[in-house]
Amino acid sequence: MSTARDQILAVLREGYRGRHEPAAKVGADARVARRRANLVPARAQPENRKAALGMFIAMAEEASATVARVHTMIDVPNAVADFLRNHNLPMRAALAPDPALDAARWERRKTLELRKGRAEPFDEVGISLAWKAVAETGTLVMLSGEATPTTLNFLPETEIVILPADRVVGSYEEALAPLRSNGEDSAKHALPRVVNFVTGPSRSADIEQTLQLGAHGPRRLHIVIVDGAAGP
Amino acid sequence: MTEMSPLHFKEAAVRALGDAELQRALGNMRQGFIEKRTNAAARLPEFDALRDKAKEIKDHVLAHLDHYLEAFEKSCVASGGTVHWAKDAAQARDIVLNICRLVGAETVTKGKSMIGEEIEINPFLEEKGIRPIETDLGEYIIQLRNEPPSHLIAPAIHVNKEQIADAFRQHHRDLAPERPLSDRAALLNEARRALRERFLEADVGITGANFLIAETGSTMIVTNEGNGDLTQTLPRIHIVLASLEKVVPNLDDAMTLLRVLARSATGQEMSVYTTISTGRRRPGDPDGPEQFHVVLLDNGRSKLIGTEFQEVLRCIRCGACLNHCPVYGSVGGHAYGSVYPGPIGKVLTPALYGLENARDLPNASTFCGRCEEVCPMRIPLPKMMRHWREREFQTRMIAPRARRALKLWAFVAAQLPSFYHFGARIAAWWLYRRGKKLRGRMTSLPYGEGWTRFRDFPAPLGKTFQSQWRGPRRHRRSESLSGGQRP
Repeated sequence: MSTARDQILAVLREGYRGRHEPAAKVGADARVARRRANLVPARAQPENRKAALGMFIAMAEEASATVARVHTMIDVPNAVADFLRNHNLPMRAALAPDPALDAARWERRKTLELRKGRAEPFDEVGISLAWKAVAETGTLVMLSGEATPTTLNFLPETEIVILPADRVVGSYEEALAPLRSNGEDSAKHALPRVVNFVTGPSRSADIEQTLQLGAHGPRRLHIVIVDGAAGP
Repeated sequence: MTEMSPLHFKEAAVRALGDAELQRALGNMRQGFIEKRTNAAARLPEFDALRDKAKEIKDHVLAHLDHYLEAFEKSCVASGGTVHWAKDAAQARDIVLNICRLVGAETVTKGKSMIGEEIEINPFLEEKGIRPIETDLGEYIIQLRNEPPSHLIAPAIHVNKEQIADAFRQHHRDLAPERPLSDRAALLNEARRALRERFLEADVGITGANFLIAETGSTMIVTNEGNGDLTQTLPRIHIVLASLEKVVPNLDDAMTLLRVLARSATGQEMSVYTTISTGRRRPGDPDGPEQFHVVLLDNGRSKLIGTEFQEVLRCIRCGACLNHCPVYGSVGGHAYGSVYPGPIGKVLTPALYGLENARDLPNASTFCGRCEEVCPMRIPLPKMMRHWREREFQTRMIAPRARRALKLWAFVAAQLPSFYHFGARIAAWWLYRRGKKLRGRMTSLPYGEGWTRFRDFPAPLGKTFQSQWRGPRRHRRSESLSGGQRP
């Protein structure tokens, strides 16, 4: 008895009778390996970094995210604390254990109580670091991994994302490019377990088609953009 | 609950038309979705060019589905995933059950998945002692109400907030009776609270997939609530249910399709969460599932390759054709009696379940063509409905009387054209005279009771189409160009 796999492929190949076989396989393999964006809208190709950043902020705010800008990493803890205070939120958060965030010297802001690691159900606030951000639609690109747990993006009611300004790119394709293999063995070059595109806080219109924020994921998404270099 | 079967479309449609609540909800839908899609499309100058590109990608995939599925399987396995092939719904259900049993699963959370609906996984798991919990808010509401979804992307579009409150009070045992549930925010918070516990206790998370990426062996889901991500991040096992045609060659192709998906579906520039999942939790990862399974479901799709219905497999399930369909907008999703309602359902349901099980669906159309106009994948839905109608005629599925009448009409029109035109002129004249008396609308026709029982017949203008066509066309054309008014 042949397997379901063989049977399905056999039915498909029956439908493809008359196709030029070796060429079809070669063409498909080449397409899988191709690294060329199909059609990137003009909007996703901003002239310079400043234009990209401006568009990212405008689009993210349109998607109901809030944005703060600081000069250097050192200023981040104050920006985070201000946001929490203004929203009457506890000064407690789970923090991504990313070494790049150490430059913020969180310990100087003594009222802020931080725990490094993944988010737990009791965490009301999560703080993480963006891998990239896409100007086209105001989208953050978050990676899973030891330094940036995925739960930080979904479990807490408030998600705060630190975004170094030089990580803003125009299009999704640009953001993904450094993650993709270039012909080498894909097993050695797999994508992270998840790549999350995040555009604004969670929402649902499932109750009488009326949009409400905070369905299952965060009710608030606050983005702190660090204009200067990532280090102190 | 009424029986779900496409065979009862006519009765179900009549019931739906008389349902005041449903009509109110559908009215909201027409305003909301259509306007939002129009605005989103207008904001992106490349929108139509992206649609062309998206169509081209899927056409290419559908011409090489075997190779792309093999490529997907290879990459998925290489990155730590497991791929299961299922010929039909029963095989897919068994695969899911076996995975659940191997890990001793008691509770399964589910992200929204049309394939989950298609293979009816929930009642099956329940029967086997495993509790499935829908986590998309709309799906959760209809699961509590024991109903099927009525829209591809807005499954509870037919339910009002009082009905939701009733369902929560009935099913949430730990909900204090004095707690108010009168506004939408309170309902959302209550669902969030109740489901939060389910997310945390589940052993297995099941999601669908909007795309499968052959390049990386990844699956991709698009949601707004974040439920899909909690479903696939918190439990130990992640199972993805996907049909064969979801595969695309590479990430660039997926991004092109992504750009037309949300805009066509909800009119958003981008859905809130787009998640690309590849394999299982990596060494050192503090969260994520230990196992990653992808179930590839055929269920009749492979048979469509090489037929006149191949193009329907381009569908990305955005729901735009439903939102713009006058028939869907009048009767809602349940009347179709199929997991896939609306114009796409009229073509897909007979393809997957057999024409004999979908009888009226290809006929439930005004052929206005709006579905094809808004379809991001440019699927020629009206043409395909006509294909089904032809097959219906050929396979003698329509009533013998209607069949004889159609045959007679075809014979007279083709073999005796002058006799046919003479008859048509008399009929048009007679209908015109009669229509004038009845102020333009006729509620009954001789030999046409079957048709007029559900519709009014608009009185014709007294001339046949053919005689108007043969008339002084050039003159009329210039007239209409100058506004149609004689000076």
